[in-house]
This record gives sequence, structure tokens and C-alpha cells, in this order.
Amino acid sequence: MSFGLSHIDLEEGTATRQAFGDALVAAGTDERIVVVDGDVNNSTFTNGFMERYPERFFNAGIAESNMVGIGAGLAAAGKIPVVASFSTFLMSNAFDQIRMSVAFPNLNVKLVGTHAGISIGEDGPSQMAIEDIALACSLPGFTVIVPADAASTTAATRAMLEREGPTFLRCGRPKVPVIYRDGDDFQLGRSNQLREGADVTIIANGIMVAMALDAAAALAKEGVEARVVDMHTVKPIDTSAIESAGNETRGIVVAEEHLAYGGLGATVSMVASEKRPVRMAFVNLGDVYATSGKPDELLVQYGLTPAAIVDAVRRVLKD
Amino acid sequence: MPEDHHEDIEGLKARARRIRRHIVAATTAAGSGHPSSSLSLVEIVTVLFFGGVLRYDPDDPHDLDRDRFILSKGHAAPGLYAVLAEAGYFPVEQLTDLRKLGSPLEGHPNMCRLPGVEASTGSLGQGPSIAIGHALAIRLDGRDARVYVLVGDGESEEGQVWEAAMYAGNHGLDNLTLIVDRNGYQQTDAVDKIQPLDPLDDKFRAFGFETKVIDGHSLEEVSAALDWARGVTGKPQAIIARTIKGKGVALLEAKQGGWHGKPIPPDEESKALEEIGAAS
Repeated sequence: MSFGLSHIDLEEGTATRQAFGDALVAAGTDERIVVVDGDVNNSTFTNGFMERYPERFFNAGIAESNMVGIGAGLAAAGKIPVVASFSTFLMSNAFDQIRMSVAFPNLNVKLVGTHAGISIGEDGPSQMAIEDIALACSLPGFTVIVPADAASTTAATRAMLEREGPTFLRCGRPKVPVIYRDGDDFQLGRSNQLREGADVTIIANGIMVAMALDAAAALAKEGVEARVVDMHTVKPIDTSAIESAGNETRGIVVAEEHLAYGGLGATVSMVASEKRPVRMAFVNLGDVYATSGKPDELLVQYGLTPAAIVDAVRRVLKD
Repeated sequence: MPEDHHEDIEGLKARARRIRRHIVAATTAAGSGHPSSSLSLVEIVTVLFFGGVLRYDPDDPHDLDRDRFILSKGHAAPGLYAVLAEAGYFPVEQLTDLRKLGSPLEGHPNMCRLPGVEASTGSLGQGPSIAIGHALAIRLDGRDARVYVLVGDGESEEGQVWEAAMYAGNHGLDNLTLIVDRNGYQQTDAVDKIQPLDPLDDKFRAFGFETKVIDGHSLEEVSAALDWARGVTGKPQAIIARTIKGKGVALLEAKQGGWHGKPIPPDEESKALEEIGAAS
């Protein structure tokens, strides 16, 4: 996949789901960690853990409600359950179980949804989680993480397992460009500023981070300096980074692979409107379901491109 | 250390009467709640907590060696609270704070606020899955603790109950006992009219359970069934306890289908308590 990148040269890395699976195996030395998967372990990449620690791996079959409930019981009994499936089947199918059995009792369950967004491609809209961030963010006490690349997913997986409390980690299907190196600073709830700029701020997460960097490179050629912020943790959100963006640049563009309502854009707007109102523009999936197609074709079709981010920046900077 | 609590038949009868009195008093004081759905499970919880079944320690409610009791039909919270207070998790005087602002005795059980509550329930169908999580953790740790989950018959219309039953049966979770409070009624009418479940025991057998159908108001039958359950190896057990919604209060028993989620009016309370009998 190219992700429409044409102004920067990023090496292709592994998929975030693969990085999650590898990090999970590494974390497995902690015997409290158990995995419950909805029979998609060769897609979520929890099969590495399954092979290494078969006694601590439970295949719930195609029954997401029961899968989440089992995770809740395991957490209540002192385990650290990682409950994994395709993000849409996990978050949408089992939402009431997540609400009632995990969020309300504030149990230490780690939900990991893979194959999020439209970048899964040909399988089409029934398999695309594009409401999952809104659902996860609506739950009191939840931490919601959308990492941009393999190294940050590795760090996010570690941080999620170390931190007590219910968490949703969103991973994608395709191989994604390398943005971070192993060992780079990663803290839940604190965004990473990847590029300094005084004119405008682009806040992005997931696959949109690489596109934001590409858009910033394109804008620099026109003399527009864009700050790029990787807002990997949507909840709790880094309010100070948003406030700084409002104070130090002329506007904010938010880019995400999610519907318009209830995602990163909505959350950033809420903070900015209270702390430091500025002009804003949004790059997201709007209010529609996508179709089947090649991942790169879909990103163009639904406006998730560096060019769309550049256009949004122009809207923000227009007098 | 979690221990079992074994009282003789007279002691159990007195406990059952006290639990019924608590249910009536608490819901009437609250002015809302589900007394009829709670009164049907009184003998079941009485035997679990005082008939030498559950091993528990109210002073250490999170001990990993404890047996677990999960009330999946969360609207019967007044019944759960009554037995937990009798067992010593909190003072019985607290029972009449039911549903009041600031009280941990919420309308439906909240495990974060009240010791002894093993799961936050109230959205139906979720208890059996949570029970499986506990049973798997217990098995993984090599403990001999057991998990009991009580579901309603109306609640058994939820698909998740059967997802859980399939999993428990297929994985031979013999440390899991599922009890159905088969009181025959759901909110608007008889279960048999809304979504007939029979043959319920055959259904659980088909999902890999050993089953027993009992009179859920006979302390002896409940006790024998729970003894039987502990002896079953290699399979989870389902006990279908035939019960009467509102058992022990004539007003409620007479209107089974039409008395759901309503307390006994204050002017009927003393008559109801009289029918239940003295506290000791």
C-alpha cells in the first residue's frame, strides 16, 4: 500500500496487528495474562500467544458476547485478559457486554480490535470498524488507543498491559509505514509531536499519521509550516497539546480513519472549544459506509489522503 | 479462609423466613423493586449460603479460594442483598436503604460498591459468561473453588445464555453449576406464552450439561441437588428449580403474571410479613 504518500519516503513496516501479536507473546511471561479470541486468532495474530501459552489461550468461537463476558470473569478472578477479534465484531456486536460486564464494573479487560477502518479493503463495509472509537470513547473509565505504526503498537501493548483498567486498542490489517523506532518515548495519554510548525496543527492517529507527515512536507514547499501531532490516545486525550496547538498555531486539522461523529475529531473539538477555540477542519469518513475495493483505492474514494489533509489546512488558513 | 456454613433444617427455615421478610420490607420501604422475582429464589440462596454449599468469608470477600455466587437475574437484587446481609457481609439494618441515593444497595447489583456481589448485573443474559471466566481462572490456578450462577427462565431467552452454555458444555467445566429460577413468568406474561422454553433440561443436556429438575422451594431438594452437582465430574451442571413467583406472600402468588417490578403497598406489608412468619 502507498497510503498516497508522495512527499516523504517512509520504509514499509509490519502491520499494527502483527506488532500487537508479537508484543503479546513477549508479555506472556507474566502468568496473569490470558487471551480470549473470537476464532480469528490467525487474523488478530493472537496465535503466537496461543502456540507459546496454549493453557492460557481460550478460543471462544464465533460468540462475541460470551467472549467478552468470559474476559470479564477472568479479570474479576485476578487475570489480565486480552480479548481480541475484528474490531467491528468486538465493539459493535458485544457492546452491551462491554458496557455492562467490563466498563460499569471497571474491570481490567484489554479489548483489542483489529481490521479497523476502511483500509481492510476488499472484504467490504460489513467487516470495517468505523464506529469503534465512538463506541469505546463513550464508555466511562476506558482508555482508547489508536497507534500509527508497529513500534508504537508494541509500546502501546506493553503500556496497556501494565496499566490497570479497561482499555481498547485499535489495530489495522495492512502493513504500515515506519514512523517510530523501538524504544522511542510512548506514554498513554500524552501525544507525540512529530514535526514542529507555527502555521497550523495537524492532529492525527492510526494510518492518518503518515499521511499528515506527507501533507506537512507538501505544505512546506508552499511555505506553510504544519505541526504534526500523533494523538495515539484518544481517551484520556492530551488536552495540553490541543491547547498549545490553539495558542501557538492558527488552526487545527484532525485526520482519522473513522466516521465523523464521536471520534478523534469530535474529542479534539470538545477540548479546543473549551480551552482555546480556533478554526478547525476535519478529514474523516463523514457519515457514510464505504464499499469493497483495494485499500489504496478506498482511501482515495473516501477522502483519506495527504491531499485531503492539505485541502483541509487551506480551509483552516483561508482568511 | 473461606469456609462453608452448615445449619440444620430448622436453621435454614428460619433463614428463609428472614430473607423473605427482608425482601418485603426493603422493597416496600424503597417504594419500588422486584419482590416477586426475589421471593422465588429464597430457598436456593438459603441453601447455597447456609446449607454447607458455598465456602466464603465475609471478612475477606476477594479470597481467590472462595466459591462464587453470581446472580445473573440482577433484578432479584433484594434477594441477593438479603442473603448477603444474613451471611454477614454488611448489617441487616442497611437493607432498608435499598435504592436510596448514596446507598450501595442499588436497584440492580453493583459489584464495585457492595462486598459479596460477584458481578454487576441487570442487563440480562450476562452472568453465565462471567461465571465461565471465573471457572476458567479457577481451573488455570488449580484451585478447587466452584462457581454458581443463577439465571431466570425469562432471562434464558437471551442468546448469550446459550453461547455460554455451549462453551461450558464443550469445555467440560465441572466446577460450574447453573441454576434456573423457573418461576414461569416474565414481565408481561407467562414464559410459556411469550417464548416457551420446554424441554429446558433437555436443552441443557444437549449443550453438554448434567441436569436435574427439582422443587425449588424444598430445602431438602435444593440441598440434595447441590450435593449432587458437586459430585459431577467432566460436565457442568444445570439445576432447573421449579419455583413460584412471589412465593410466601398470598397477594403476589395470586397475581403471578401480573406482579412484576412492584413492591407490596405499605398497607399490605404487615399481612405479608405475617404470612411469611416470624423472624426466628
